[in-house]
Amino acid sequence: MKPGFGKQAFNSEYVVPIVFLALSLLAWQWSGLSGSFVFNQVINRFIRDGILVLSLVIPVVAGMGLNFAITVGAMSMQTAVLIMIAYRVSGVTGILLATVLGVVLAVILGYVIGVILNRVQGKEMITTIIIGFLFNSVYQLIFLVGFGSVIPVLNEEIILTRGIGVRNTVDLGMYRNTLDKLWLIKIGDLEIPLFMILVVLMFAAAIYYILHTRFGQQVKAIGSNTQTSEVLGINTLAVRIKVIILSTVLAALGQLAYLQNIGMFDVYTAHLTNDVISCAALLAGGATIKQAKIRHALLGVFLFHTLFIVSPQAGQNLFHNAALGEYFRSFVAYGTIALALIINIRTEKQYKKA
Amino acid sequence: MSSYKLKPPQIIISLFLLLLVIMAASMQMDLIGFFNQSIVKLVMNGVLVLSLIPMLNVGAGMNFGLPVGIVGGLLGMCLAVNFRLTGIHGFGMALLFSLLFCMLLGWIYGLILNRVKGREEIAGIFIGYSFIPLMNYAWTLLPFTNREMLYPIGGQGLRPRISLENYFNHVLDDLGVITVGAVEIPCGLLAFYALIAVFLYLFFATKAGRAAIAVGENESFARLSGINIEKTRMIAIVISTIIAGFGICVYAQSYGFIQLYDEPLSLTFPAIAAILIGGSTGKKTYIFEAVLGTYLLQSIYLLTVPIANAILVPELTEIIRTMITYGIILYALLIRERRGAER
Repeated sequence: MKPGFGKQAFNSEYVVPIVFLALSLLAWQWSGLSGSFVFNQVINRFIRDGILVLSLVIPVVAGMGLNFAITVGAMSMQTAVLIMIAYRVSGVTGILLATVLGVVLAVILGYVIGVILNRVQGKEMITTIIIGFLFNSVYQLIFLVGFGSVIPVLNEEIILTRGIGVRNTVDLGMYRNTLDKLWLIKIGDLEIPLFMILVVLMFAAAIYYILHTRFGQQVKAIGSNTQTSEVLGINTLAVRIKVIILSTVLAALGQLAYLQNIGMFDVYTAHLTNDVISCAALLAGGATIKQAKIRHALLGVFLFHTLFIVSPQAGQNLFHNAALGEYFRSFVAYGTIALALIINIRTEKQYKKA
Repeated sequence: MSSYKLKPPQIIISLFLLLLVIMAASMQMDLIGFFNQSIVKLVMNGVLVLSLIPMLNVGAGMNFGLPVGIVGGLLGMCLAVNFRLTGIHGFGMALLFSLLFCMLLGWIYGLILNRVKGREEIAGIFIGYSFIPLMNYAWTLLPFTNREMLYPIGGQGLRPRISLENYFNHVLDDLGVITVGAVEIPCGLLAFYALIAVFLYLFFATKAGRAAIAVGENESFARLSGINIEKTRMIAIVISTIIAGFGICVYAQSYGFIQLYDEPLSLTFPAIAAILIGGSTGKKTYIFEAVLGTYLLQSIYLLTVPIANAILVPELTEIIRTMITYGIILYALLIRERRGAER
């Protein structure tokens, strides 16, 4: 650990989660929602978004900041799922094939992003935002213009009536909550989807394990000082590419969990805000743009989504206007990231001066 | 400007524009009509693009926090409409109000950006994005009284789109229009644009302006020569914010509506893309580059609409726009950082 850095980490690691906890409790009181409803919703969000948030941890450890390009991983998986639906590959075969294809796509695109990020060292975050937006337009081009015109589609149901482009929503009825209902435990009003919780925790354990292998040590070394690690003989550029590939693949798998949980597939919007919400959740758990641990991700999902679930109703009760609760949600999501950036960049400078 | 060289993106964009013009001509579309519209579009978006220059030149990067200035302008216009000020007088008062709001907002924005020196761009994005929901509270709760601005029935607060029909709709667009055959030249609009450009040109000729350029080129050298870095940056950021506020006023009078709530966000990336297409690489930028870039990008936007409609996929317009916008920003990031690394 760098000297002088510990104090800052100490601060935001405890202060931010406590602020979120206090805000959530207040908003919950105002919302008047029952405890069991909020609990079920939060658990639901946990198994829906957990893997996506976890996919952010490794790039932060590698010193590359928040990877807003996880939307690209999400789009890879969505592409795979759409191809399965378009060619009527259903059932277990469909899910497995989609998973394999999605991961392969994520590896390829992750490699491309990694190469790009190696050329913009120090400006990774802004670049990942732009990459996410750019891939989103390519994605739209493929499915809104390409499908049905250049690319033939077997399944006519998902195509717009004009014959070109995929509909805005595609029903995933056959996949909906298939995994969520496995080992579903009911205690009174509370529902605990044990299988999916274990899956999320398994991913958490896997990332913990990766960070403690030799590769993980290299990632940490690069994160604390790129120059020194190069002197130590670590191939910095290659490790950074692997980090982004890993993050993109995790995001793709996370999006699969997300889609099967929701069950309706908003083709053009399902991935859009995942990056910001996941990043905000990670920061809410006490992570910074320089430091992230598994526990930040897991805790953050709970804290952030509790606030997310109760704030519209709280806005409705306080101001008789649900929209105000919505604005509060966006403000919290973006504001958390803005604040984390401002605080981090400043302490980074103070450290340099010292 | 003799050292100006065409760079790959401009060549590609110009060729694409040429292709679009040929397509439009072969579809027998009204090319002169397009030309007339393209002039209006140039100024409509051009002032917002010019607003990026002071921050680029002082080394604060592409102003992804453009919504801050835009909000100042929106507040100014809302105030003018609330007092039912009309015509050119109303527009002038809107500018004056937005000047005041933008000075305040720009000062706060500058204070924050001075703390995150070197990372203004990523910070700016999230300052902009988090400022918008905060302002949504203001649009909903501020005590505006003009019924034409409020939600008609139910609802609370200002409408998302406030019509300027009875106020200062097209006041600059229709000012001193000279007609030569079918070609219409809106002299008033162009004069306003030129006024802002000349102001920027003169600013960079003053002592403060030269200091700004020096800070942008080499901060440590500027510090050694006794320039107050923080103060110079602050001046440039406030000027950027003020011009952004004027920019949205010009945009709104041309568009016919004040667009509130999440709308300011949609203007940031196209404005940045425009200046990059003009030849800026996210560092020192000439006024000429901003004008050229805006004209090229807006003409492409203009021409893709009817062509995409003709081939039955209207969404194609928006997709092409976003691809060009984000593609050019990514290109600029790659080029700039590589140059930085070589130094």
